[in-house]
Amino acid sequence: MSEHSGHSEHSEHSEHSDHSGYSEKDVQREVSELQAKSATAARIFDLRRIIGGLFVIYGVIVTIAGISPSDADLDKAEGVNINLWTGLGMLALGLFFLAWLWLRPTAPPTPEVLPDERAE
Amino acid sequence: MQTPTTHTYLAAELRLPTNWPDYTILGIYFVVVLGIGFAARRSVRTSLDFFLSGRSLPAWITGLAFISANLAATEILGMAANSAQYGAYTVHWYWIGAIPAMVFLGLVMMPFYYGSKVRSVPEMLLLRFDKWAHLLSSALFAFAAVLIAGVNLYALAIVVEALLGWPQWVAIVVAGAFVLAYITLGGLSSAIYNEVLQFFVILAALIPIVVLGLKKAGGWDGLTDSLTKAHGADFTTAWGGTGIGSDNPLGANWLTIVLGLGFVLSFGYWTTNFAEVQRALSAKNLSAAQRTPLIAAFPKIFIVFLVMIPGLTAAALVPGFGTADSGYQYNDAIPYLMEQLLPNGVLGVAVTGLLAAFMAGMAANVSSFNTVFTNDIWARYVVKGREDEYYVRFGRLITVIGVCASVGTAFLASSFSNIMSYLQTLFSFFNVPMFVVFIVGMFWKRASAVSGFWGLLAGTVAAMVNYFWIYKQDIIDIPSDQGANFVSAIVGFVAGAVVMVAVSLFTEPKPAEELQGLVYGTVSPGMSEPPAAGDDAWYRRPALLGWGAVVLAAACYIPFSF
Repeated sequence: MSEHSGHSEHSEHSEHSDHSGYSEKDVQREVSELQAKSATAARIFDLRRIIGGLFVIYGVIVTIAGISPSDADLDKAEGVNINLWTGLGMLALGLFFLAWLWLRPTAPPTPEVLPDERAE
Repeated sequence: MQTPTTHTYLAAELRLPTNWPDYTILGIYFVVVLGIGFAARRSVRTSLDFFLSGRSLPAWITGLAFISANLAATEILGMAANSAQYGAYTVHWYWIGAIPAMVFLGLVMMPFYYGSKVRSVPEMLLLRFDKWAHLLSSALFAFAAVLIAGVNLYALAIVVEALLGWPQWVAIVVAGAFVLAYITLGGLSSAIYNEVLQFFVILAALIPIVVLGLKKAGGWDGLTDSLTKAHGADFTTAWGGTGIGSDNPLGANWLTIVLGLGFVLSFGYWTTNFAEVQRALSAKNLSAAQRTPLIAAFPKIFIVFLVMIPGLTAAALVPGFGTADSGYQYNDAIPYLMEQLLPNGVLGVAVTGLLAAFMAGMAANVSSFNTVFTNDIWARYVVKGREDEYYVRFGRLITVIGVCASVGTAFLASSFSNIMSYLQTLFSFFNVPMFVVFIVGMFWKRASAVSGFWGLLAGTVAAMVNYFWIYKQDIIDIPSDQGANFVSAIVGFVAGAVVMVAVSLFTEPKPAEELQGLVYGTVSPGMSEPPAAGDDAWYRRPALLGWGAVVLAAACYIPFSF
């Protein structure tokens, strides 16, 4: 790729910089160029959906396990219906993430416009 | 920070009564982990996407990944073991051994790291010093990362064998393959997203254990009463018995705790270990990068209760827990409580949490290893100036090689009885000299370009000599491995600093114009970016978050100090 001519360029350019042969300016330019072409901001999915989804599923499974606990399970857990409480807690956390996503949706990706103006 | 534990093998009778709902929960988790890898693959276009998530992630994600990268299962089991063995001394690894360093990283060092746009910690040394310091630190880091990934893999194998009855090689192959798959596919974004997910699963695993454990032990009062009866009053305090010259099981006094753990080891780990710093470098702007370790500091203050209370509970419930008579090792604390207290369902969550924690610890090391090896070693010294796609392909290839190498090092770990101590020994060899070179280079602009390499070399050699010769050969009597680690760290720090000063005095300083943005008091051009909208909100101000965390950690000491 022609954009990546950075390497050959700075090897000439930095010959007078005899110490590291590589200056902060080179790093700044190289990383800025790559950041301009980066696709993560525009294409990465929203993690809140995954956390929310997984914890809702886990919450349902564990809550169901706690709906009619056997005596053995209750005895084991010091008389606490731990499956019910943990399940409801996980369900609540999952719903929290989904609600957050719903109230503050991902900023629509600004597709391929000036990459320097990447949205929040 | 890392903990001392004595043994790694779990008692064979700890086999958990898992059933199909438990395995369903575990199975769903593995599917989601892979799904994240496949979905994140779309976002990888440049090498910056693959190695640093395109410097585009929000602070809450990088912050939770920062804490999760540290919250590996070796840390969870090790800290619980530490508490069962030494009692409330464990809080030092959190409140003095982590928080000050994390806040220092966020407030003081991050403007230099993020503002200079470096892609790794060694690259910072290339700019500040020369290519020899860069090459040495890159090679040391890559070597350490593979070893530590191997330690995690080995620890996972023995825990899974004890709890679920899977043969060790099955556990190693399955966990290694999943980590390999999701990092090769999605790069750092995939590793970070999985770490954030792991953080919540680990919390969901530990909280029920803590609640039920406390209930069984008779609440906090019942717990402290029975521990005081069995182990003495110092067992539930932070500082009891740490006067210089007095004897305590930790083999350390307040001075070595504050200097060795609180300053040298902790700052070395949190501020220059690239596996941690990488998470902050992937943040979307300077404000988010600074907030990454600060957001992580708040959960870190409280996670100690989730690992310490199970350890204390196990020590209170089983007389002589950890000694040969009880039939349990210290490391069994959390698995013991899982077996005793958790019914099927929650048990599946807990098993998933443990496996998630092992994978988090390994993935953090693999994803930082591939970055340093590709950017700092391969692209800089071996195959220079190729197109960007080549380095993405190479990054994927080296991920495969790194995972295979860590499977090999898993067997190295088996010859050390104390895995966590072994890890900490490694950290004192690799992180502490790096930290001293950083700190001298950052605050003393006279430090010359060549002094970095010699300081790094001297610090590493001095720490190794102290550990393998002076301590292991009994030249000086230090009561425990842990005490020796603290001393090795201090020795490595002092040796590195002295050599740097001496070399600098006899060599040319670096010209001032090459130090812009690299030494304290200068500003790099990258920091002139205007702050993003909303970043000036009071709850996002780094100084407030940082000092808030320090004050909170100090306040947490109060109930444990009297």
